[in-house]
Amino acid sequence: MDKGKAVMGSGRRWAVDFTDNSTIPSSRDIPDPPGFSRASQDQDDSAVSKQKKDAEANWKAQKAWEVAQAPFKNLLMMGFMMWMAGNTVHLFSIGITFSALWQPIGALQGVGKVFEPYKDSKVDLLVPKLVFIALNLGGLALGIWKLNSLGLLPTHASDWVSSLPPAKEVEYSVGGIPLL
Amino acid sequence: MVMAIRSLFIFVVILSITVPTLSLYEDQVGLMDWHQKYIGKVKHAVFQTQKTGRKRVVVSTEENVIASLDLRHGEIFWRHVLGPNDAIDGIAIAMTKYVITLSSGGSILRAWNLPDGQMVWESFLQGTRDSNSFLFVPTSSKVDKDNTILVFGKGSLHAVSSIHGEIVWKMDFPAESFEVQEVIQHHDIDTIQVVGFVGSSQFDVYQINAKNGELLKHDSAAFEGGFSGEVSLVSSAKLVVLDAARSTLLTISFQNGEISFQKTYISDLVEDFSGMAVILPSKLNGLFAVKTNTASAFISVSSEGKLEVVDKITHATVISNPLPVSEGQQTFALVQHGDNDIHLNVKQGHDWNSDLLKEKIKLDQQRGFVHKVFINNYVRTDRSHGFRALIVMEDHSLLLLQQGEVVWRREDGLASIIGVTTSELPVERVGVSVAKVEQNLFEWLKGHMLKVKGTLMLASAEEVAAIQGMRLKSSEKSKMTRDHNGFRKLLIVLTKSGKLFALHTGDGRIVWSLLLNSLRQTETCQNPTGINLYQWQVPHHHAMDENPSVLVVGKCRPSSDALGILSFVDTYTGKELNSFGLDHSVVQVIPLPFTDATEQRLHLLIDASGQAHLYPRSAEAVAVFQREFSNIYWYSVETNNGVIKGHGLKSNCDGEVANNYCFGTREIWSIVFPSESEKIITTVTRKSNEVVHTQAKVIADQDVMYKYISKNLLFVATVSPKASGDIGSATPEESQLVVYVVDTVTGRILHRMIHHGSQGPVHAVFSENWIVYHYFNLRAHRYEMTVIEIYDQSRADNKDVLKLVLGKHNLTSPVSSYSRPEVTTKSQSYYFTHSVKAITVTLTAKGITSKHLLIGTIGDQVLAMDKRFFDPRRSVNPTQSEKEEGILPLTDSLPIIPQSYVTHSLKVEGLRGIVTAPAKLESATLVFTYGVDLFFTRLAPSRTYDSLTEDFSYALLLITIVALVVAIFVTWVLSEKKDLRDKWR
Repeated sequence: MDKGKAVMGSGRRWAVDFTDNSTIPSSRDIPDPPGFSRASQDQDDSAVSKQKKDAEANWKAQKAWEVAQAPFKNLLMMGFMMWMAGNTVHLFSIGITFSALWQPIGALQGVGKVFEPYKDSKVDLLVPKLVFIALNLGGLALGIWKLNSLGLLPTHASDWVSSLPPAKEVEYSVGGIPLL
Repeated sequence: MVMAIRSLFIFVVILSITVPTLSLYEDQVGLMDWHQKYIGKVKHAVFQTQKTGRKRVVVSTEENVIASLDLRHGEIFWRHVLGPNDAIDGIAIAMTKYVITLSSGGSILRAWNLPDGQMVWESFLQGTRDSNSFLFVPTSSKVDKDNTILVFGKGSLHAVSSIHGEIVWKMDFPAESFEVQEVIQHHDIDTIQVVGFVGSSQFDVYQINAKNGELLKHDSAAFEGGFSGEVSLVSSAKLVVLDAARSTLLTISFQNGEISFQKTYISDLVEDFSGMAVILPSKLNGLFAVKTNTASAFISVSSEGKLEVVDKITHATVISNPLPVSEGQQTFALVQHGDNDIHLNVKQGHDWNSDLLKEKIKLDQQRGFVHKVFINNYVRTDRSHGFRALIVMEDHSLLLLQQGEVVWRREDGLASIIGVTTSELPVERVGVSVAKVEQNLFEWLKGHMLKVKGTLMLASAEEVAAIQGMRLKSSEKSKMTRDHNGFRKLLIVLTKSGKLFALHTGDGRIVWSLLLNSLRQTETCQNPTGINLYQWQVPHHHAMDENPSVLVVGKCRPSSDALGILSFVDTYTGKELNSFGLDHSVVQVIPLPFTDATEQRLHLLIDASGQAHLYPRSAEAVAVFQREFSNIYWYSVETNNGVIKGHGLKSNCDGEVANNYCFGTREIWSIVFPSESEKIITTVTRKSNEVVHTQAKVIADQDVMYKYISKNLLFVATVSPKASGDIGSATPEESQLVVYVVDTVTGRILHRMIHHGSQGPVHAVFSENWIVYHYFNLRAHRYEMTVIEIYDQSRADNKDVLKLVLGKHNLTSPVSSYSRPEVTTKSQSYYFTHSVKAITVTLTAKGITSKHLLIGTIGDQVLAMDKRFFDPRRSVNPTQSEKEEGILPLTDSLPIIPQSYVTHSLKVEGLRGIVTAPAKLESATLVFTYGVDLFFTRLAPSRTYDSLTEDFSYALLLITIVALVVAIFVTWVLSEKKDLRDKWR
């Protein structure tokens, strides 16, 4: 999709517009031919396009909802994978956990981009966006929960204490059996 | 996150070491370990050069070693180390094929096969009392005749067959306390004469039938002046001895049953004589030597018994035993000490002025006086006699002199090490020549290419050998500069002879050696001994321009009130910086944890009267000391009285010497053990240089236990007095072992445990918050090891994560022993197969790496055992989480894994101590084991998790990276081209 856009949009270097869509008659040098009513055509056109736009908006809203709900499937999938990986630290479980953390974070970073194609003045994207964010946050929470259950989060006293050096002693005492 | 990564990392490390062995491959032997064999100071030597085979000399030493040395190079052909209580009294060669040794105070006689050192027979000689011992192998003209060996020991005379070691006859002397001095053989009439003293004033001569031990004749005479010490036999019927006052020479003739004494005052012979004289041991015909306060006098004895001084030598002199060169002719060697060289004279026995040989030998370094000389002759090509001399020096080294040169030398002082410390090497300075680097680079690449070949299994046999040679001779490991990992260090060792050696940890070579003049005999200091050595100055701030130094502490006599000696030695150059005799005695040396501005460590020396003396003697040191004055304590363990006393310091000395550096002490507490039931046998404390990384122990389910880490703890083991002897001397009912953990600041007993039916000897090690000790369980008839772990109960409540995150805890604030922290202990016992000579524990730079116990076994090997085997939380069925934590299932005995012998196939004969030192690399620890032999190695108790292994192929890595980069470029270019093509389409 990105590639297509690039070809269509930025691929063009220059263009001449042969059609003049100006609707103001006074600005035109050439008068309209007789029997031609610009207004009626405009009206017709607008009716059709309005219909079209409505359909598109509907479609966009629908699509946006689909996109917003997509992480749910992912969530289920992740949950299953995590259950499979078990609670011991090894390469597989760590890989899954980190991907489970990474995916929602990546998705949350690109919330705007994901919903860009469905941007429309008539479509309300706020709710799907919120749902999307909520689901991804859920995924993130799942990842963190997994991280914790693997014991990799410093939530225990032991994590904070184990790096503390032993306390210094005030007194100093040495001695032993006398040297002979 | 850091925490998570760390805990993950530690977890991975733990998982990677589930099998805790330290084994190495065959080709890794000698890569980081070295082993040196020594024999100790030679007491007796007999040469065996008659046959055309390998020329050798058989020696016995003060370390109870009997060894056969190659006369050409000084290498050991074979060697046997007898036990520490099996001192060798005499050696001889019988029938030209057996070496006979008499040991254990004349009670054990052994014959060893001369070529290979195998024991041929062994006889135990029974006797009724302790006496001196005497070994006499009669000479016989017939070689293969079954000679009998005459042995006097334990008060009786035994004749032992030299073929089987059977006792042919035994004779008890009628007089009690008869001490044999000489045995004289009479070939013609098959009789022997035994002369000796009863008590100090009666002289006895026994004539005995050599065949059956029948007593033929007994003469006795008393001399009211008394006898003392050494006897010099000057002919077959005459001997010379000193009287009890050591000022008169007595010539005793005992021809034909008549005993006559003839007195000669030494002052008549030697003009300026005063004090006491000593007869130098010799067996010359008609000649003996007397050492007086001024000189050594050589006195000839005529057949009428007339004494005449033939020569006087003012230098230190040693004479050898006579060497029969031809029929009726004797020669002997005389070694005198010059300024920087020694003079060796070989003279004929009957003619003082005839010098068969006169040599002057230069010594390459200071070795002190000659202590002993043994000579041997050989026949030159022109049929004249040549002589070689084996000399034993003051520093216990052994030298062979021949033709005016030192043929070989052995540094056998290293067999009797009494103190070890380590020193850093100099920092590497810039300015290495370019050519060297280039050559090194080429060599480096070549070496690595070979290694790559080796890893890819492409190397031929000689290339494999070259790789192995390169690994062993790596110039890296024997460089004289500090390395990044801290593997290269100097081991500074103090030997019994008062000589300091610096050994390089890379290859064990002697970097320098120094016979300390301050530990040599002088007028004021008659019998000086070294006590120990301490790190005096370790420069960190001025590491580039200041050298580290060590402090050697000695004393004049082996008694508690003898005056002390201090000596300071630069460890880079091996020069004595300063030395002085002290005006007080030394019973304790306390290195304090403070240094002055020049980074000299403060030391407190406690004298016999309980006063503390501060060194270095400078105002600054006193100022530093005054600041910490009230927090310094010391304790003394009086094993004889069964008392442990704790002392504090007072601001000034009481008594005559009142100076700023002397401090009085006051007794604060004492623990008195009941003398009828407990006797102190062992005390162990933590090493002062041990670093502990954390105070918490994380147990299963992320729970925390707080270790009670204190340097002021003392482990004390006492046994009931009846059980203080050998194992088996007491019944289980009457023997018990009690162990204590004592706080040495307050005298508080933190832990006490009784092992009923157990006894010593106890060997223990104290590290972090745990103690492991080894003892004998009489009921189980087995050795046991017990671990005690001490935990701080008063900190156990610190479990609130939020508080810990915010740092609102007092876990790192200084603690005082007077706060009486509440402790709990955990303990567990296991059976152990071996008896033990020494136990120590590995030390690492930061204390993160898991610990291994190093156990010196009775077989003179060092066994490394993971601390996880000594964990009081072991249970028969550990839970899943405990297993994850690394707790091993409990077994009643400790497994001995053959691969975990640190010394692999080698033996450290006569093992006495194991010293560990941390390297800079956290995973590595340096282990030095000493006894008669020396052994050094480097261990990685948790494997080298923080560095690549030595045989890691950097070249392979480099090649892989280069290949990958090339591949990336190629594919990039290709893909660009493809893109372009696609766009044109």
